Amino acid sequence: MKEVLTDKRIVVFAGHYGSGKTNIAVNYALALREKYPGKAVSLADLDIVNPYFRTKDSADVLRDNGIRLISSEFANSNVDLPALPPDTYAILDNKDMLGVIDVGGDDRGALALGRYTPGILEDGSYDFIFVINKYRPLTGTPEDTAEIMREIEQAAGMRFTGIANNSNLGDITTANDVLSAVPYAEKVAEITGLEIKMTTVKKSLEAELQGKIYKLAPMTLYVKQSWDA
Amino acid sequence: MSHEKVLMKGNEALAEAAIMAGCHHYFGYPITPQTEVAAYMSKRMPKIDGGVFLQAESEIAAINMVIGVASTGKRVMTSSSSPGISLKSEGLSYLAGCDLPALVVNVQRGGPGLGGIQPSQSDYFHATRGAGHGDFHMIVLAPDSVQEMVSLVFHGFDLAEKYRMTTMILSDGTMGQMMEPVSLDMGEIKQYDKPWALTGTKCERKPNIVNSLYLQPEELEKRNFERYEKYKLIEETEPMFEEYKMEDAEVCIAAFGVAARVSQNAIDEARKQGIKVGMIRPITLWPFPKKAFASAAEKVKSFVSVELSMGQMVEDIELSVRCKRPVLLCNRAGGMIPTTQNVLDKIIEASKL
Repeated sequence: MKEVLTDKRIVVFAGHYGSGKTNIAVNYALALREKYPGKAVSLADLDIVNPYFRTKDSADVLRDNGIRLISSEFANSNVDLPALPPDTYAILDNKDMLGVIDVGGDDRGALALGRYTPGILEDGSYDFIFVINKYRPLTGTPEDTAEIMREIEQAAGMRFTGIANNSNLGDITTANDVLSAVPYAEKVAEITGLEIKMTTVKKSLEAELQGKIYKLAPMTLYVKQSWDA
Repeated sequence: MSHEKVLMKGNEALAEAAIMAGCHHYFGYPITPQTEVAAYMSKRMPKIDGGVFLQAESEIAAINMVIGVASTGKRVMTSSSSPGISLKSEGLSYLAGCDLPALVVNVQRGGPGLGGIQPSQSDYFHATRGAGHGDFHMIVLAPDSVQEMVSLVFHGFDLAEKYRMTTMILSDGTMGQMMEPVSLDMGEIKQYDKPWALTGTKCERKPNIVNSLYLQPEELEKRNFERYEKYKLIEETEPMFEEYKMEDAEVCIAAFGVAARVSQNAIDEARKQGIKVGMIRPITLWPFPKKAFASAAEKVKSFVSVELSMGQMVEDIELSVRCKRPVLLCNRAGGMIPTTQNVLDKIIEASKL
């Protein structure tokens, strides 16, 4: 992941529901921490849609690595409240801080980002990354994917600046599954005019895919099923 | 949709499977942790020829819309989570009284009352004992993977039409929210004649009547007795279960849904420690696989029911084994999930009985 970090101060991940934004955001924040040991790194969870499998599941690994997790105090609780953490503004206000923002799925999730959009645009040093997964049924074709992208941009009030290709089938993903999603990602890039900034894969596929994939970014899986522990 | 594997949330798989099974009418009302079913339907149904997605003004309105479409013999579905299913109970009773086929999904969360949004299995009694007033049953199916969610939606619609009754998919928040790879190729859909359906007489036949009101008590009694003949047949022919490592088992775990996933890990762990333990996983909660448990009681020395409830399945196991063997309970409630260690500890206790 360290190789694909952008040079922007704020990096925002959005995309279709279940495309893998949260896991990418956690890995990205950890890679920032490794590359810039002297800098403050924060990860904000703006998900107001998902009741389970949240950034807060990774609270321990973030805390152990000195990354500030900005998350609604109601996340993973029984309170079904679409609340946003007020300290998200810390990322906008503290210009020395490196910020990663994990947005909820689809246009519904991106709506929550809208209130921070003016601050992000004003800051200027940001990347807004569109996370895609060919193996999710509603983003199975480049055209459907581009449609969801436009819906998200409208809700967020901001244009994407790049793509993270996270095409995977969960535990059973093979190198071949990743390779056969490359033409799909390239087509999405072509239709949308966006650059593929990273192709994220689970660590166990790194050796097999090294050299075969542009901007390969191996990741550790932090978002797990509750009985896997 | 292709037949290759895709990565889906349980809730999305429920919705897509229903569409593929020929259900083009969905009525619902959002409630966590089930909302993705409605959200998915809202995106997909407009792309289906004749597809209807309608967010009703209430749970009660949604179930009554289901009654309406079911009366015409078309495949129809609604979904909700525990408090919403309570609200639908009146409609479930009317569906039974009118002998209408429908698929109803309950993605359970913690209760009672408003409870919470974390996963639970505490609507077991509600689902298996008749979810409303009057003498009736629903067929209740409990998937333990996203793939099985898909196959049980197909099977559920088939059973509903075969027996003219409601099938409930009794899922839970974890099953609904988790993502797993699935294949959506489920083969042929069986067609049933529906001479009872309200499809218009075209002045060529007498009108059909769909109704649960009987003016004469003798007539109502007769319908109830007939319905229970049907239930008896279902109890004989339709129970489904899966056995895991039962060949030489001395302890038998009973678990369904997410509890079965945890239990499987615990069984593998216990077997490493030399404990002979297996599992019967009921797939139909009604009809309960009584015979499977009765024959297991001849071989094992104890049972452990693993549940996300206060032990609602325990009495079905005790009744099935005629209390011949002790039935222990390993449970968490209120939105908590038993850990592998919780189950392992209980297996060790049961093995020492």
